[in-house]
Amino acid sequence: MWARAGRRVLRAPRGGCRGFASRAGSPETGRIAREVVEHLERLALVDFGGPEAVARLERAVAFADRLRAVDTDGVQPLESVLEDRCLYLRSDNVVEGNCAEELLQNSHRVVEEYFVAPPGNISLPKLDEQEPFSQS
Amino acid sequence: MLGRTLREVSAALKQGQITPTELCLKCLSLIKKTKFLNAYITVSEEVALKQAEESEKRYKKGYVPPYNATVVQKLLDQGALLMGKTNLDEFAMGSGSTDGIFGPVKNPWSYSKQYREKRKQKPHGENEETNWLITGGSSGGSAAAVSAFTCFAALGSDTGGSTRNPAAHCGVVGLKPSYGLVSRHGLIPLVNSMDVPGILTRCVDDAATVLGVLAGHDCKDSTTVQDPVKSFILPSLTDVSKLCIGIPKEYLVPELSSEVQSLWSKAAKLFESEGAKVIEVSLPHTSYSIVCYHVLCTSEVASNMARFDGLEYGHRCDINVSTEAMYAATRREGFNDVVRGRILSGNFFLLKENYENYFIKAQKVRRLIANDFVNVFNSGVDVLLTPTTLSEAVPYMEFIKEDNRTRSAQGDIFTQAVNMAGLPAVSVPMALSNQGLPIGLQFIGRAFCDQQLLTVAKWFEKQVQFPVIQLQEIMGDCSSVFENDLASVSLKQ
Repeated sequence: MWARAGRRVLRAPRGGCRGFASRAGSPETGRIAREVVEHLERLALVDFGGPEAVARLERAVAFADRLRAVDTDGVQPLESVLEDRCLYLRSDNVVEGNCAEELLQNSHRVVEEYFVAPPGNISLPKLDEQEPFSQS
Repeated sequence: MLGRTLREVSAALKQGQITPTELCLKCLSLIKKTKFLNAYITVSEEVALKQAEESEKRYKKGYVPPYNATVVQKLLDQGALLMGKTNLDEFAMGSGSTDGIFGPVKNPWSYSKQYREKRKQKPHGENEETNWLITGGSSGGSAAAVSAFTCFAALGSDTGGSTRNPAAHCGVVGLKPSYGLVSRHGLIPLVNSMDVPGILTRCVDDAATVLGVLAGHDCKDSTTVQDPVKSFILPSLTDVSKLCIGIPKEYLVPELSSEVQSLWSKAAKLFESEGAKVIEVSLPHTSYSIVCYHVLCTSEVASNMARFDGLEYGHRCDINVSTEAMYAATRREGFNDVVRGRILSGNFFLLKENYENYFIKAQKVRRLIANDFVNVFNSGVDVLLTPTTLSEAVPYMEFIKEDNRTRSAQGDIFTQAVNMAGLPAVSVPMALSNQGLPIGLQFIGRAFCDQQLLTVAKWFEKQVQFPVIQLQEIMGDCSSVFENDLASVSLKQ
C-alpha cells in the first residue's frame, strides 16, 4: 500500500527541478545532496531528524563504498542460499481464516469492519515547509 | 454516538470505534450549539480534553499477536511452558541489547562472584551499580534469562549473529541452525534470506533437543526445506581423529583481544592433541563480508519495515491530515534512531541510480563469500573453528560511546558471514577471561549438517568444562536449591 503512495508522491507536481543527473551521493565528497535527503524521506516515510542523521548516512555510504574493491566480473548475484531448490507451494485450499475480529482488535482506528485511514491523495509537505519536529 | 447508552458508548470506546477525545469534542461542540438552553454555568473545556487525553492512554494497549510463531507453537505442542517474552534491541538491530524501548539488558555475569572477586583486586572509584556489563545482542534478554537460570531454553533470532553474540558474552550455548531448517513463520522479518530463529541453552545437548522439536518443513514458510528431518540425538564422541577442523586465517584480525586469541589457539591445540586434523584455511573475501552484510541488511530492512504504518496494528500517531503524514509521524514516533537510520541507508542503496552499484554488487559479493565456505568444506574440512566475539563483554557506559552501526560492525564481525552463506553455527562457552567473564568460541558447519556440528561442539564442551556462574550473592536462598537437586538427578541415556 505504501509503495503505491510513494509512486503517487513522485508523480505529484512540485516546484523546482530535482536533478539527479549525477550519481546520488558523490563518492568523492561523500556529501549527500539535499534533494536526495528529501527524496529518501519521502520514499522511506521516515525522517532524518537532524544533520547528525545525514552525517551517519554519509558514513554508512562511505563504509559501503569499500565493496568497489571486489572484482565481481562474471559473478551472478546471490538472492537465496536455497536457489537450487524449488520453493514449496501449498495447494490452494482455504484452511484457516474467519478471524476478522482478532485482526481488527490490534488497530487503533476501526469503524465496523474497516481499518480507517486518513485521506490518501495529499502529498507530504517539503522539508522547509514542515514545522521543526521535536526529537522524541 | 451521543444518543447511545453509557454501556453502548463504553463498548464503542473499547473497540476503538471512537476515541475518548473524539467523543469529548462531540459533547463540547453540542454544548456550544445548545448554549441558548442556559444549562451550563461553566464549561470546563480544557479539563475535559485533558482527561480525555489521559483516558486515551489507558485505552492504548500494546500489540497482542493473534497467532503464535511456528517455533513457539511447536514448543507449546511439546508441553513447554512459556515463561515470558524477553528483551532485545529494537527490531533486533544491534549487538548490545541496549537500544530497546524497555531499556538495556544487564549481563548476569556483572553480578557473578567470579567477576566481582576480580574487580575487588583492582582499585575502582566507580559505583558498582552503574558499571554493569552488556549482554551483547540483539537477543540479549534471552541469553541473560538462560544464563541466570530463569528458564531452561530461550528463543532468539539470528540475522548477523544476534543469538551467538550474546551467548558468548553470557556464557551460554547459542545455536544458529542452517537456513531453511527451522520455520520463520511468525519471526518478524529483517532480512528474509538470512534470518533464522536462534536457540539459547546452557548446554549443547539441550540445544540439540530444542532443535529436534523445531526443525522441519513448515507449509507456512516456503523457505523451509522439505528434506526429511534427521534425528538430533547427539552421540558422545570419544574419537576425534577422523575430524578435520579448519581455522580461517582471515579471522585473525588486529582488533581481536589477546585473550580471545589465546583461547582460540588453545582450542585448536586441544583438537590436535586429541588426534584431529587441524589446518589453516582461507576465506579470502572475509574482509568484505561485514560491508556486504551492511548493504544487504539495510536494503532488506528498508523493504521489510515498510509494513509498519500504524494502520492495521502497532503504534499509531494522532495526525489525521493525510495518509502520508500519518505514516511519517507514526514511523518517526515508533522507530528509534537505529531503525530509522537503517531504513534510510537501505533506501539509499535501493535508489535507481545506486541499485546496481550497491545492492546488486553486494549480492555478487555475497556469492563470493558463500563460495569461499563451499570451497573450504569441499577441501575436506568438517567444521570451522573461530572466535565468536572480539572480546569479553564490556561495560554499558563504554559500549554506548560509539554508535550502533559501529558497534554492530564490531559485534557481528565473526558471525555475519555465516548468515550470508546460510550455514549452521554454534557459540560454545570456553573459559573465563582474566576479569572473570565468559569467552565463547564459534563452530561453523556444513549446510544441513547441524547434527555433526553439534556433536563436535558437545565434545568440545565436555573437554573445556566451562564453570557454572556463581550468582549466590543476588540469588540468596535460591542457589542452595540447585546444589541439592543436581546431586540426586541421574540422567538416563
